[in-house]
Parts: sequence; structure tokens; C-alpha cells
Amino acid sequence: MSLRVDSELCTACEACVEACPFGAIEVVDGVATPNEKCNLCGACVDVCPVEALSIEGKEAGPVADGYQGVWIFAEQRQGRLAPVAFELLGQGRVLAEKLDAPLAAVLFGSDVKDLAADLFTAGADQVYVADDPRLAGFTDDLYGGVLTQLIRQHRPEIVLSGATAMGRSFIPKVASALHTGLTADCTGLDVRDSDRLLLQTRPAFGGNIMATIICPAKRPQMATVRPRVMRRGPVEAGRSGELIEVSLSSFELVGRTRFVEFVEDLSEKVNLVEADVIVCGGRGLGEAKHFGLLRDLADLLGGSVGATRGAVDSGWISYAHQVGQTGKTVGPKLYIACGVSGAVQHLVGMQSSEVIVAVNKDPHAPIFDVADFGLVGDLFEIVPEMIGQLKAAKS
Amino acid sequence: MEILICIKQVPDTRDVKLDPETNTLKREGVDSIVNPFDLYAMEAALALRDAHGGQVTALTMGPPQAAEALRELVSYGVDEAALLSDRAFAGADTWATSYTLALGAKKLGGFDLIVCGKQAIDGDTAQVGPELAEQLGLPYAAFVRRIVSFDPESGRLTVERLMDDGYDVVEIELPALITVVKEIGEPRVPSLKGKMRAKKIDIPVLTAADIEADEDKIGLSGSPTRVLEVFAPQPRGQRVSIEGEPGEQVRELFEHLKKDKTLAAKVGAS
Repeated sequence: MSLRVDSELCTACEACVEACPFGAIEVVDGVATPNEKCNLCGACVDVCPVEALSIEGKEAGPVADGYQGVWIFAEQRQGRLAPVAFELLGQGRVLAEKLDAPLAAVLFGSDVKDLAADLFTAGADQVYVADDPRLAGFTDDLYGGVLTQLIRQHRPEIVLSGATAMGRSFIPKVASALHTGLTADCTGLDVRDSDRLLLQTRPAFGGNIMATIICPAKRPQMATVRPRVMRRGPVEAGRSGELIEVSLSSFELVGRTRFVEFVEDLSEKVNLVEADVIVCGGRGLGEAKHFGLLRDLADLLGGSVGATRGAVDSGWISYAHQVGQTGKTVGPKLYIACGVSGAVQHLVGMQSSEVIVAVNKDPHAPIFDVADFGLVGDLFEIVPEMIGQLKAAKS
Repeated sequence: MEILICIKQVPDTRDVKLDPETNTLKREGVDSIVNPFDLYAMEAALALRDAHGGQVTALTMGPPQAAEALRELVSYGVDEAALLSDRAFAGADTWATSYTLALGAKKLGGFDLIVCGKQAIDGDTAQVGPELAEQLGLPYAAFVRRIVSFDPESGRLTVERLMDDGYDVVEIELPALITVVKEIGEPRVPSLKGKMRAKKIDIPVLTAADIEADEDKIGLSGSPTRVLEVFAPQPRGQRVSIEGEPGEQVRELFEHLKKDKTLAAKVGAS
């Protein structure tokens, strides 16, 4: 492969010179000219306004040459690693072993370097850490810009991130900039032995179908992965690896977004996406105050409170709690649906839960079709009974 | 403020089923609707227009009948609309879709802000908005739940963006793109005047040639991803029905949950 310059088309605008992360292209005698530092990353090809640059041989056939390794984005919020980072390491380890390739974690933030130790013990061979005050608050501009340039430099063949609010926000920018494919919200990942292709399985059409997606001719292969689906790997105490510190000073970064502040939802725990247990209320609750009953149950189980669209639209609880098509997609270990009829739009947001319990007066409510355990009855009798028995067990 | 909203006509996913014999989607008799999140995008755009002046233009990529979705938006008060339609666009993934929309947006030109719904309910990817911003070289904020303020002098928009554990307040320089969630506000109702306008409005159709698209970057051939296989999800739910008095029901339920180890770690023995 080589970088080809069409000297007829080149206008010596220097867009490529600015875009090159390696200082590997300069304008000589009015024509862009690559030097020996060029590693064919393609950054210049993407920015050239007159399409004077191309990488010969790049489009033809498999492009796996030169791309190696599995990367996971290790998301941290407020100095704590997101649980999905460990799930990605668990799954990433499996893929890396099949590919006989290293597994690396990428960590961004300010004062986060110490978190790398946990990434090593959970299976990372390498950790790329960009520890910089400018990365303290999450902005798509900077997180996306830094990850894009790191990928161009190091060329991993697979890049995975959690399908969290952050991952789903900035990973598409990276895939778009790299002109590669991205599969959203995967629930299954595997490697095809014959050609090393990543098989990316995800629900579509509101969970009514499953689709397996591949990215045959572009690299890296990128996917966001639904939290709480992949298994964590074993933790090996004392396991270490290579820490690679990334300095932002070598990057051209454009920040047109300013992070002002993060406001935690303190009203209660609403991180439904990461919750182990969710107690969800629907219209069957009848009134806002009855959510108190569900909160008591959720507290006893160490869980969070969810709600259907109907309950949110009635003004009983805030939108941050909404589970379903227009709310959040969740997958806790235990989902207890109380007074939830089970509209399709709700089911698509919760049917990947491990165990579903439904409490409803109507034995024909569709929620029972997806439930593992169905209790037909009055939630105002059953939920207090649950609370009573849990309290009795604890004392 | 000149605002573009990018929308999608989608099948009503409540009705979509997989044909078990052919493993293809059964679309016959399935209604097409405007993607629900795009109505929130429309409302956010109309509210900004009403407060700061300017026009709202709607753009979509789709088959000729997607013009109906655009007409529907005009009935709510959207000022102009354009349709990107060409056989060559068919089969596009999120990369090729955002490339095509980006060229459409450039062709129409001159927007201060682009508003998209968080995601479309058929694909659920939430990728086209951010990918479109990148294609246009615009800053963006995804999952915006509230527009806090707009300062016309500095051209800065302050928004609240929904995160998993709360929300972030971020400031973006226009021109920019945002994707919005439902909390941004319920859409208004169509007006009679709007409905009349919707019937008559001329909706220009832009083809691949009109937007000077690179044929290697549109449609299926321009898409980095491929669908290898489509299949029906595993039916779920053990559907164990637990009967009796509430006390007995709950006791039996907890026994099941402890046997499954769903509860054991959480509450200890009881």
C-alpha cells in the first residue's frame, strides 16, 4: 500500500499537512508530498477537499493488514470506572485470545491514572491513559478527537465501548471520522475463525428481531455494547501490564463545546442502566405517592425505581426513570413490574432483564408473556407483603 | 435562527414481525409513521424559531412516499421541507446515511442549528445525529433534555444533556447539532392552517446527482457495515404463574428467586 498524490488535482492547500498526526506530509514545490513517517493512516485522504490523495490498494480486499489488537474504552465517571468497562474487558479477553492479539483499555479523564491498576488485574495487557485537566468533563469534541487520533496511530482491529450515554454520544463521531462501521448496542460478539471478522449481534426493530452485523472492508471494527450483558472475566491480583501515557500536546484538538457542570440526580438512584434490581411502576399505581411503596421495596433490594411511560406522562415520577422505547433500555438481574400492563414499547426496554417478576391484577396483561414469575393479584397487597418478608429476613 | 431538522419515516415497530419461514421482515400492512423522537426534535426547533425568529426546514432521506412524513411536519408548522430520494441511496447504514444527509444539508445551506431525534425506533442506533455532525465538522451534544439558553450575540447554546447518572450542562458554539430526548417537550398539535399548507407545499426532491454524491459513499455500496443474518429473538420468560394468598405468593416467589440465586446474594437466607 502507498499514499498516492495526484499532482494535477493538488492545490497545495495544506489541509493534509494540518490533519496529519505524524508530521508525515508537507508541501514541496506546490504539491503535497508524504515522507518516510507516513503510516498510511488516511487522515489526509479524509480531509483533502479535492480528493487528490488516495491510498492505493486500501479499498481492495480485506484490510486487516496492519490492524491488530482489541481495544475497549474504559469509561469513568467522577473518578470511578463504569461497571461496563469490566464487562468489556471480560468479553475483550475472549476475543483477543481467539485473535491471538493484545487487549488494551483506553482511559480518559483528569487524575485517573491510578484506575489503570484495576484494568490490568481485570485483563488489560496495555492501558492507554490520557490524563489531562481538559478531559475532566466529558465533551464529544475532545474525547472523540483524542480517541480518533489514538486509533489512527495504533491501528487496533476492534474497538469496543459501553452503550452508555457517553459511549453512544461520542463513539459515532470517532467511527464517522475514521470512515468505518459502527454497530450500536450489541448484545452478542464473536470472532469468525475463517476471516477474523467480528460478528456483532444486536436487537433491532424494537427488539422484534435480532441482526448480526459485520464490517468486512474497513478497520477498526467498532461496536457499542449493552451494559450488563457481557460477563466479567476473573480478576488476577497483582497482574500488570504496559501503561502508555498519552500527551494531548501532540494532538490538534478543536474544542467548540464547553463542559459546564455535571448535576447528579440526587433525588434517588436513577442509574437504571447499571442497576442490579429495578422495581418498576405503571399506571396500576394510581397515584404519585404510591411510588413510595416501590422505593421501599427497591431500597431493601439495593435497587432503583423505574416507571412506564404512562406513569411518567401522568406526572407521578420524572422522565429519568422511564423504561422503554422512548426511555431507557435496561437489563438488570431482577426486574419487578408492578401494575405494569406490558405495552410493546415498554417490553422492548426491559426484556433483556435476567429475571422478570410481574405483579398485576389482570391475568391477561401482556407483561405476563415475558415474565419468569407472574403474580396475579393486587399490588397493594403483594408489594407490602414483599417488603414485610424482606424486612423479617433481614432482622 | 435557521434550523434544520433531520427526520425519518419509520414502520410502526409495534406491528413489525419476522416471517419465520423466510427470516425477512413482514412489512405488509404496517403503517409508516414519523419517528416519534423526531417530533420532539421538531418541537424543540419550532420553539427556538418562535423565540428567536428564522425558519425551520425538515430534511429526510427515503423513498418517494417519505414526502408524506415531511408534509405531516409542515402541518405542525415547519416552514420548508426537502426529500433526498434516489435508488442509489437504498441500503445505507448509519455512515452512508449521515454522509448523504450531510450533503443534503450543505446543498440547502446556511443553518445555524441542526436538531435530530435521539434515535429512530426501527434501528435504535442513535448514531446518525453524531455521525452527521462529524461529517459536517460541527460540534454537537447528544441526548439533550433541555435547552437552557441561547445567546444570539456570542452564538452560544447552553443545553442539559441526559447522562446515565444525572445530566451534564454543556455550552456549544453555533453552528452546531443536537439530538433530543422526549423530555425536551411534547410536540404541539397540527394547526388547520398548517394542514392546508401541508397539502399544497412543494417538496423538492434531491437525487444523488443533485447533491454531487460520491457513489462509493452512498447506499449499500457506501456502507461499511453489512447485515450478515437476521433472526427471531429467543422467546423469553419461564412464565411460572404463582397463585394463592399474597403471603403465600410472595413466599413462593422468594423461594424461586433464591433457587435461581437471583436473591440469595441480596437478602441472605430467610
